[in-house]
Amino acid sequence: MSNESTKNKICVVIGASHAGVNFAFSLRKEGWEGAIILFDKDPILPYHRPPLSKAYLTSEDGIDKNLLKAKESYEKDAITLDLGTTINAINREEKTVILNNGKSQAYDKLVIATGARPIIPPIPGIDTATNLYPLRTAQDVENIRKAFNASSKKRVIIIGGGYIGLETAASIKKLGGTVTVLEREERVLARVTAPEMSSFFQDLHAKNGVDILTRKNVVSIETTNNTNIINCGDSSNFEADIIIVGVGIRVNTELAQEAGITIENGIPVDETACTNDPNIYSIGDCTYHFNPHYERHIRLESVQNAVDQAKVAAASICGKSTIYNTIPWFWSDQYDIKLQMVGLSQGFNQIIIREEESENTKFSIWYFNNDELLAVDGINNAKAYVLGTKFIKGKNKIDKSKLADSSVPFKPANLLVS
Amino acid sequence: MAKITFITTGKETITLEGTSGSVMQLAVDNNVPGIDGDCGGVCSCATCHVHVAKEHLAKTGKASEIESDMLELDDHVNEYSRLCCQLEINEELDGVVLQVAESE
Repeated sequence: MSNESTKNKICVVIGASHAGVNFAFSLRKEGWEGAIILFDKDPILPYHRPPLSKAYLTSEDGIDKNLLKAKESYEKDAITLDLGTTINAINREEKTVILNNGKSQAYDKLVIATGARPIIPPIPGIDTATNLYPLRTAQDVENIRKAFNASSKKRVIIIGGGYIGLETAASIKKLGGTVTVLEREERVLARVTAPEMSSFFQDLHAKNGVDILTRKNVVSIETTNNTNIINCGDSSNFEADIIIVGVGIRVNTELAQEAGITIENGIPVDETACTNDPNIYSIGDCTYHFNPHYERHIRLESVQNAVDQAKVAAASICGKSTIYNTIPWFWSDQYDIKLQMVGLSQGFNQIIIREEESENTKFSIWYFNNDELLAVDGINNAKAYVLGTKFIKGKNKIDKSKLADSSVPFKPANLLVS
Repeated sequence: MAKITFITTGKETITLEGTSGSVMQLAVDNNVPGIDGDCGGVCSCATCHVHVAKEHLAKTGKASEIESDMLELDDHVNEYSRLCCQLEINEELDGVVLQVAESE
């Protein structure tokens, strides 16, 4: 597709968060000359999500300090931002989208970047709970801050011991709340890390005055006079002034499904981020895609996936030959700990823990499937994260005994088997 | 107030004025090509890599340990490398010239 032929074309993007916004700017950079229209139901200028459970929650800054792009940037690149607008339907035959105000917008290329929404589990009493919030949007954080500031006792119960739950716990503790995390499984981060990492986080939070209670399944919530009582399946109960729910997300696939796209653990896309409709692409949290390195289909909830898939979609729409092939990475900040993760650890049958000599906590967990390095988790250990990234990409063979021995200097020459 | 000059990989010179925040944010807000700041400025991605002009190294100071480690993700790292999300805009940075690093 030459530059000339996109002049009168329209690219519509549904969803203006990390994936949608990065896509719009990448599309312009790749040479698209036509219109780029970004829709989002959130009326606020697109912002970074990771700080919501971290620095944004603990500060008094407005969301304008956390914008993905300045307002002027959209204007400079002739990207139309239509905020506070919900798309009700996609009409594939006519190549239009129908807005919630009844109007329709034509497209030549459509990108679905609808992401996901937090799950509010169907727990009896959850609808009448006081000060119960998920944590996905800037508005959620505004609501939490307001409730927290207005509360005298500041007893906060967090349901869910995943990244959102743990980061939020650390942040609320920093603000001076009394925090307890209720996790349903036998350990936190059960889906994504080794038991040793779960224990590390359990201890980290305990040291900071946050109780993480596992095997706590919330079965009902009773609310009287603005105090909530959370009842668990083992008959324990907890009083809460504020409840934050972080138990996972539901992918926003409805628009695609109603338009006739078959859904499978998200919106399936090929290696160019295209759905089975050649004019419809999908990117970010909502997609189900093949990862060439791990040779399986996955759905990833991360900034990295949103940004990298956006770039691939932009390049392919502009006729450039490119495929989506990355090693997923992720990070989480809690208290003074930075966790950096590279790779996908599922399927590991061995871990190596490398403890560094340091006055502060510093170590890494290396996940192997026999000799194949699958993933690395680094705690305050960017070097492990970076080396892990290189070794995974390079499919290098590692000397495990040297890896485990922190007296062996942390350099590829020392750790790789030639 | 600080005037910061970026030289892109396409040899374009872009001079911007900033009063606060990180150099990365200033670059991203002004669409400086090659500076992405994917992680939002928390030293977790290395997509804001710049080379500080030799004569300005005293203005920027040295990278922290985590920053130096993260820079190793990029094959184009050298002794002038910084992740500009870790450069806070203040008067000391006035006049600094930064070469945007080549992308992978």
